[in-house]
Amino acid sequence: MSKLFSRLSRAILLSLLVALPLACNNSSPSNGKKKQASASIIIAGSTSVQPFAEKLAEIYMVKNPWAIINVQGGGSTAGVRAAQTGIANIGTSSRNLHPEEKNLYEIPIAYDGIAVIVNPGNPMKNLSTETLRKIYAGKILNWKKLGGVDHRITTITREEGSGTRGAFEELAMEKTEIDQGCIVEDSNGSVRELVGTDPYAIGYMSFGLVNAQVKAIALDNIMPSIEAMKKKRYRFFRPFLFLTRKKPAGLVLKFIQFVLSREGQDILVKEGLIPSAIIQGEKLKWLLQPSREKKS
Amino acid sequence: MAATAIQRKEKLIERIFLLIAFSSIFSLFIIALFIFAEGLPLIWKVGLKDFLLSTRWAPTKGHFGIFAMIVSSFWVTIGALLFGGPLGLMCSFFLVEFASDRLRAFIKPALELLAGIPSVVYGFLGVVYLVPLVRDYLGGPGLSLLTASIILGIMILPTVISISVDALVAVPDSYREAAFSLGATRWQTTYMVTVHAARSGIITSLVLGMGRAVGETMAVIMIAGNALKIPLSPLDPLRTLTSNIALEMGYASGMHRQALFATGIVLFFFVMALNTIATVYARRKRIK
Amino acid sequence: MTPKRSEHIALGLMVSGAFLALAILFFIIAVIMIKGLPHITLRFLLDNPMDMGRAGGIFSTIVSTVYLLVVSLIIAIPLGVGTAIYLTEYTKEGLITKIIRFGTECLAGVPSIILGLFGFILLVIKLGFGWSVLSGGISLSIMILPVIIRTSEEAIKSVPASYRDINKVLGGTRWQGITRLVLPSAAPGILTGVILSVGRGIGETAVVIFTLGTSLRIPFSLFDSGRSMAVHFYLLAREGISMNNAYATAAVLVFSILFINILSYYLMHRFVARRR
Repeated sequence: MSKLFSRLSRAILLSLLVALPLACNNSSPSNGKKKQASASIIIAGSTSVQPFAEKLAEIYMVKNPWAIINVQGGGSTAGVRAAQTGIANIGTSSRNLHPEEKNLYEIPIAYDGIAVIVNPGNPMKNLSTETLRKIYAGKILNWKKLGGVDHRITTITREEGSGTRGAFEELAMEKTEIDQGCIVEDSNGSVRELVGTDPYAIGYMSFGLVNAQVKAIALDNIMPSIEAMKKKRYRFFRPFLFLTRKKPAGLVLKFIQFVLSREGQDILVKEGLIPSAIIQGEKLKWLLQPSREKKS
Repeated sequence: MAATAIQRKEKLIERIFLLIAFSSIFSLFIIALFIFAEGLPLIWKVGLKDFLLSTRWAPTKGHFGIFAMIVSSFWVTIGALLFGGPLGLMCSFFLVEFASDRLRAFIKPALELLAGIPSVVYGFLGVVYLVPLVRDYLGGPGLSLLTASIILGIMILPTVISISVDALVAVPDSYREAAFSLGATRWQTTYMVTVHAARSGIITSLVLGMGRAVGETMAVIMIAGNALKIPLSPLDPLRTLTSNIALEMGYASGMHRQALFATGIVLFFFVMALNTIATVYARRKRIK
Repeated sequence: MTPKRSEHIALGLMVSGAFLALAILFFIIAVIMIKGLPHITLRFLLDNPMDMGRAGGIFSTIVSTVYLLVVSLIIAIPLGVGTAIYLTEYTKEGLITKIIRFGTECLAGVPSIILGLFGFILLVIKLGFGWSVLSGGISLSIMILPVIIRTSEEAIKSVPASYRDINKVLGGTRWQGITRLVLPSAAPGILTGVILSVGRGIGETAVVIFTLGTSLRIPFSLFDSGRSMAVHFYLLAREGISMNNAYATAAVLVFSILFINILSYYLMHRFVARRR
C-alpha cells in the first residue's frame, strides 16, 4: 500500500512537472501552424452557416477520408476574428463584412434568405415591410391592430452581433432600432422552437432552416422562395461567407473548391440556399482575390 | 552532512507545497486581473455613471448601459430566494428536527443530487414544462422573471439545504432539552431556540444560495427571454448580467468585448460581496 | 392560535416542503429517463453523431467528455491535494491559511460564465490554444479546484494525529510521513472529492462551450476541439435538432451523474465507518 502511494505521489509530481512546462511553453502563439501540417482544418463562426458547413464537411470527409474538418459555432463576428487571428483556417460569416474587416479573403459560398415566421396556428399570411418595422420597433404591440386576435405580440429577435440580426436590421429596420423589449434568442433553432410553441410569437430566421414547426409569411405580398430571391423580388437575403487570412491553399482550397463545385452547390440548394454562382455570376478565380484588391 | 541534505530536501518540498497552495489564489488573482484589465478601459471611456445607470445596451451602435441587467439580476436573485429559501428551510427544519435519522440519511443525499443535475437540464425542462404553463395560465410570453425565479429557486435548494442542515445539526441538544423542559412544543423549540442559535449558518446558506442564483447562466438564457428592458412585472422577460456575457461573447470584438468584460466586473463585485457576507456570517458562528 | 395548532400547521408545511423538493427531484429524473431510455441502444453509445446529431449516436461526445475530465483532473488533483497537504501538514492556523481558505471560497463562488469568458479570451484567443481540450481542461480545472481542496482537506484532517506521531518516532521525515502514512489513509476521502468534481465537470456547460468548442469530431490531441455531452444536449435541445437524441443524451448524462454521486456517497460512508 505504502509503496503504491509513494509511486502514486511520484506520478503526481511527475504529471505536475509535465503540466507546468506545457502551460508555459504554449504561451508562444506558434501552434496555429501545427494544425495545418496535418490534413485537418477548423471552420468556425456564424451559427447560421454552421449546419450547412457541417453537412458539407461530413460529405467531403466521407469522400476524402484523409481530411479532417472541424466545424465550430461561435457567431459571425467570432468567425471574422477567428479567420484574422488564424484560430480557424476558415472563418464563416452570415453578414457582409464591415469596412475594417475587409483585409480577409472572402468567398461567398451561397446566399440565404431571411424568412419572417409565425406560429402555424396564426392566420397571418402577409406583412408589409413597414408594419414589420413597426412591430420590431415596439410601435405595434397587439395582434388586434393587424386584424388578429386581441393578444400581445411576442416579438423575438436575435442577439446583438448576430449576422442574421445584422442583415435583418439592414433590410427591414433601416434607421429604426429594434425595441429593447423584444425577446432575444441566440440561434435560428431556438427562435424556431419558440415561435413553434408560442401561438402569439413572431420571429425571423434563416430561410434554409425553416421547417414545418413554423410558418413563413410573405413580405409585401411576396413569399420567400429561392425563385423569388434569384429574381431579387424577395429582398431579404444575405451572403454566407467563407473567410481566410491567407490565400487558400491545401485542404482549405480543396474544400472551398468542393463547396463551390456543382456537387457542393447542389447540396446547399437542397438545403434551401441560393447557389453562389447564380447571384455572383463570376468565377472562382475572381472570388479568391482579397477583397481590397477586388474593388480596383 | 546527511541530516542537512534531508533537511534541505524537506525545505524544498515545503516550498513546493506553499507554491501549490497559492494556486487557487493565483488563479483567482489572474482571473480578476484579466477581467479588470479588459473591462476597465471601457468603463473609463463610457464613464462609470453611464455604464451602470444607463438602460440603453446597443454595443454595435456604441451604447453600453447595463442598468436593466443589474436590476434584472437583482430581481432574479430575490425571486430565487423567495422560492428556494422558504422551501429549502422547511426541508432542513423537517430533516433536522422532525425526521428520524434513517429518513434523514436517505432524504439529505437525495436532495443533494439536485446539485448534480446539469443546469442545461433545468433550463430545458423549464422551457418544456414551466414556460407553457406560465404563458397559458398567467399570460405574457412565458419566458419571464417568474419562470426564471422558480427554476433558480429549485437550483439553489441543495445549497440552502445542505448548509442550513449542517448549521442546525451543530446546535447542541442541551438547548432543545432546555426548551422542552420549559414546556415548549417541538415547533416552538425549533423557531425560538434552534433557528435562533443556528441563524448565522442559516443566513450563510441563503447568501450562498443567492450567489449561486446570480452566477447561473445557461438555465437563465433558456428561460428568461433575455429582453433588454427592466422587468415591470413578474411576467416580463429579462436579461441578467451572466446571460448578457454568454449571449454575445461569440460576437464580441473591440469595445463590445470590453463591455462584456465590464459586465463581468460588475458580476464579480456582486459575487464577491455575497461571498464576503457569507464568510463573515460563517465566521461569527465559529466564534460562538 | 394554540401551540398545538401551530405545531400541526408547521409540521404540515415542513412535510409538504420536503415532499415537494423530493417530488421535483423525482420528476426531473423520471422525465429524462422515461423520454430518454427508450432511445438508448448500444449503437447510440458507440456511433458517432451524424447530420449534426440528428442521426447516429453520441460516441465522440462521450470521448470528448472523458478526455476533458481527465485533462482537468490531471491539472486540478496535484494542485488541490497539494494545497490541502500544505494547509493541514505544513502550517498552523494563521494569516496564510486564512487567505488561502478565503481565496478558495471566492474561487468556488466565481460564476462559471466568468471562467468561460476568461478561458475563451485568454486561452482560446490570446494564447492561441484555440477551442481545444487543453483550453477546456485548464478552465474546468479552475472550477473544480475548490471542490478538491475542500474534500482533500477534510480527508487529511481526519487522519488520526497518532499516525504522524508514529512517523516521528520511527524517524521518518515529514515528506515520508505524508506519502507513506497520511496520503494512503486519506486516499478514499480524496477519491470521493475527485469523483464529486467529476460529477460537477460532466454537467458543466457555460465553461466548456466557450473553451472546448462544439466540434463533433473525436479529439485526438490536446489541441483538438470537441463537444462534451452536456454541450451536445444543450445544442440538440435548444436548436430543436432532435428531441429524441436530446433526451437520450440527457438520460446518459443524468444516469452517469446519479451513478457518480451514489458511488461517492458510498465511498464516503465506508471511509467514515472505517475511521470510527
